[in-house]
Formats: sequence, C-alpha cells, structure tokens
Amino acid sequence: MAGIGGAETTAKKTRWGILNAVVVIYALFPVLWIVSLSFKSKDTLADGNFIPRSWTFDNYSEIFKTTEFVRALANSIGIALIATAVAVVFGTMAAYAIARLDFPGKSLLVGVSLLIAMFPQVSLVSPLFEIERSLGLFDTWPGLILPYITFALPLAIYTLSAFFREIPWELEKAAKMDGATPGQAFRRVIAPLAAPGVFTTAILVFIFCWNDFLFAISLTSTERSRTVPVALSFFTGSSQFEDPTGSIAAAAVVITIPIILFVLFFQRRIVAGLTSGAVKG
Amino acid sequence: MSQTTTERSGGAVKAAEPKKKVALSEGKKAERRLGWLLCAPAAIIMLAVTAWPIIYSVYLSLQRYDLKFPDRQEFVGLDNYATVLSSPYWWNAVWVTTVMTVVSVVIELVLGMALALIMHRTLVGRGIVRTSTLIPYGIVTVVAAFSWRYAWTPGTGYLAELMGGDPVLTEKIPALAVVILAEVWKTTPFMALLLMAGLALVPDDLLKAAALDGASGWQRFTKVILPLMKPAILVALLFRTLDAFRIFDNLFVLTGGSQGTSSVSMLTYNNLIKGLNLGIGSTMSVLIFIAVAIIAFVFIKLFGTAAPGSDDGGKR
Repeated sequence: MAGIGGAETTAKKTRWGILNAVVVIYALFPVLWIVSLSFKSKDTLADGNFIPRSWTFDNYSEIFKTTEFVRALANSIGIALIATAVAVVFGTMAAYAIARLDFPGKSLLVGVSLLIAMFPQVSLVSPLFEIERSLGLFDTWPGLILPYITFALPLAIYTLSAFFREIPWELEKAAKMDGATPGQAFRRVIAPLAAPGVFTTAILVFIFCWNDFLFAISLTSTERSRTVPVALSFFTGSSQFEDPTGSIAAAAVVITIPIILFVLFFQRRIVAGLTSGAVKG
Repeated sequence: MSQTTTERSGGAVKAAEPKKKVALSEGKKAERRLGWLLCAPAAIIMLAVTAWPIIYSVYLSLQRYDLKFPDRQEFVGLDNYATVLSSPYWWNAVWVTTVMTVVSVVIELVLGMALALIMHRTLVGRGIVRTSTLIPYGIVTVVAAFSWRYAWTPGTGYLAELMGGDPVLTEKIPALAVVILAEVWKTTPFMALLLMAGLALVPDDLLKAAALDGASGWQRFTKVILPLMKPAILVALLFRTLDAFRIFDNLFVLTGGSQGTSSVSMLTYNNLIKGLNLGIGSTMSVLIFIAVAIIAFVFIKLFGTAAPGSDDGGKR
C-alpha cells in the first residue's frame, strides 16, 4: 500500500486523518463535556458553554469532604477488586481445564457460561433481593460480589481459554516428562506463561464490576455497600439547596480516571481480550 | 486469523487423544478428576447465583407477595401473569424496549461496520483511533448518561442550546431518541471491535483478485467482505441485541422511566424496589427471561454451526 505515488498517499493520508479525527471527536466529546462541567465554578455551571469560562477545583474538594462519596468510592474499589480476584482465579482454573484437559461435561460448562453471558440480569434482581434479604446478604459487600463474580466468570472463562490455547503445549508435556504432576505443570509452567492473558482478563472483569448499576442499585440500600455509580444517582450536592451538577460531574470524572488509564496503557491487550472472548458480560 | 490457528491446534489435540487413551488410562482418570476439580468452583457459583434464583422466582411469581403486606402472602396460581399481561404499562414497556433495541442495534451495526473499516484500513494514527474508541466502551454507563443528560438540559447544556432550548427529555419520543443516542454512543465501539475481528479474517488476496476483476468498492464490500463476515456479524448482533434488551442504566439517569419511557427492566425495578411487590416483580423477571430465551434461540437457529457455543464445545 505504501508503494503508490507520493501525491496520492498524501491525499489518502489527509482523508484518513479527517476520518480518524471524526472518530476521535465522536468518542471523546461526551467525556470532555463532563470534565468541563466538573471544572466550572458555581455561577458559570449553567451557562451552557462547552469550555468553562472560569476554572475551579471546588467541585473536587467538596465531594471528597462528603462521606457519601468517599464511602461509595471505598465500596466500589473494594467490591470490584475482590470480585475481580475471585472471578479471575476461578476463571483461570476452569479455562485451563477447558483449554487443556479432556473430561466429560466440558461442553456443558462452556454452554452454561455462554447462557449466563446472555442472561437478562434483571431476571435475577427480584429473586436475589428476596434470597439476600433472608440470608442477611442484602446491602453487604458479599451481596454484590457474588452476582458480580457470576457474570464475570463467563467473560473470564472465554477470554482466558482463548489465551490458553495459544500457549505451547510442548512445555507442559516436557514438565510432565520431567515428573511433574498435571497440577504442578499448571502452577509452574502454564500459569507464568498465561500471566498476560490473566492480567487482561482482570482488567475486563474489573471494568465490568466497576460499571455495574442494576445490581448495585437493587441490592443495596445504604452507604454501607452503595457503589459510586449508584451514589452518583442519589447525589444531592453538599448542601440541600444546592444544584448537584458540579458534584456529580466531579465524581463522574474521578471514577472515569482509572478506566481511561487502563485503556491508555493496555489498549492492545484489551482489544485482543474483548474480541477473543466475544463476550461483553 | 487466530481462529484458523486454533482450529488447527484443535485438530492436532484431537489426533493425539486416541493414542493417549490406550496408553494412559490412569493418567486419563487423573486428568478427568483435575478437570472437574478445576471447573467446580466456577460451575457451583454460576449455578448457585443464576439457576436457583430463577427457579425461586418462578415460585415467587405464583404467589401474592407484597412486602408492604407480608401477612397476605398466598398462592395465587397464574393471577400475577394475568395482571402483568393485561397491564398497559407492561405492554408499553415491551414496546419501548423492542423499539429501542431494534433501532439502536441497527444504527450500531451500520456505524460499527464503518468504524471497523476505518480502524482496519486506516493508514495513519491507528493507535489513537483504537484507544479513543475504547473509552466509550470502558466508561461507566451512568457517567456517560449524566453527561448526555446535562448536555440536553436547557440552560446547562450545549446540545439543548443548539436545539433551541426545548426540554427534550420531558417528552416521550424525543426522550427515547436521546436514550438511543446515548446507547449507540456507548456500545458502537464494542460492536466495531467484534466486527473488526471478523474483518481480519477476510483474506487480502481475495479482495485484490476481486478488484482486478473490476469489482467496485461497494461490490467488494457486499459480495466479498459481508458474506465472509457473516459469523462475526451474527455474534455481534446476538450479544448487542440481548444487551440492548436489558437496557437500564441510561434510562434510569436520562428519564427515570417517566413519560412512558420505561423499559421492561425499569418497570421490574420499579415494581420491586419502589413498589416492594415481589410477586409482580418476579413475574416480570420470568417473562423477561422467557423473552430473552426466545431471542437467543432465534439467533442460534440463524447461526447454525457458527454459534460460539457449538464452536468451542465441538472443537475441543
């Protein structure tokens, strides 16, 4: 493609450049708007300007003073990290078995996890609400972590088994030849090789847990376990008579930052993981 | 590309198996045990959190069970189903959900295909484009929804100003259009990524040959690229349709389900958490489950052998 005449490639490049710019603007516009809102001072908040006329950090310093936001942030981080850790460990074990071992019931497991990936989550809300209330799990961390793990597992299993298939078989065989049990072969040989895949899966699962709104709003009722997306929708501003727009925008930016960082640093891996799994979860 | 390699390695694995079966029946047993052991935790959690609650919600849906009057719980047979299925609110929600799903998925497919082609073919700045398209995918839906809400709020937002300052979110049709816009913005990149994976499977030689035979760009797209991408398109459509059908976050923030913009998920949530009516909530849960099962069944019939489940299950 690069071999075509100079003038034509420049024209082509400009055309692509314009198309790309359209795509980038499309993707970033709403994000930049909320960032802009979060930096607006109280009196310019409602001026409808895309770029703030006067910049301020007040919205940020204010939300970090409210327990409502700080607790929710702690809940979000804690719940998402624990759910991610558990889902990735169990998912790794299952994906290894699916990719490498031969046992009856394997295709059943793959089928079931595909079903769960497509499962309408709202169908679980009513029964889980009642079950968790009677088990005392309602409005607790485990009450949210359990459904998150459930819906993260299919994503983890698909992505990881795709990664595991790319790992060279011979190494495992060699380890077994040297007297390692299948378990040892898994821990000592395959696991380190699979680490990049596991890491990517962890990011995807974390994004899923971080994003969830339906379970978080249905299965929590107080600050004890409310996550940031839910807290955002209940925000009333630091005092009762204040418009919460600025606080919501600032809080929104705070919870968007980790995602943007993940995306910036692990773009290639995330794309590979998403498409190999072909599951959004 | 990766698919062909996995297929090949899959074949190799299969070829190696019969030999192993004869020689290592002891090892084979150990392998089975290990396989079950490794899958057990994942399988147990998935079943415990989905299968059991679904069965339980079928039971609840046959009860009159309002948490405001817990003493009056009793078995009422299919009464709840009759109540829900004869409610205009339910049918309005079904209608709203269906329209939103169909419209947003169609727009996403067209835009996603364009985006996939751009990402696949672009000569410059591929990294920047891919990174920025991942941002809508990764961003918290509620955050994006707030961004759209403020953009459309008269006085606060830039889009409302452009449109002459009418409060679009307070009327049914414009509000639904805004919700669809928010959905499309958020999920088109995901669609594009799935389609791009399919696009990578189209051999360049084939396109070159078609070009040499005098096929125009459009002909190459419809006659060569699209047929080869059919499995990828169907997978993307299936996942997006099921996902769009459970729309909740965007609606909750943008309209709160007012002015008859409730989706089925929204209506279930309102009956359960706001109305505390477990019987009716569970009935809706079961009905949504059935609707989704039907959609999935239709798609999988369309897939035939290209279904992701049969793909993984059959090959390995």
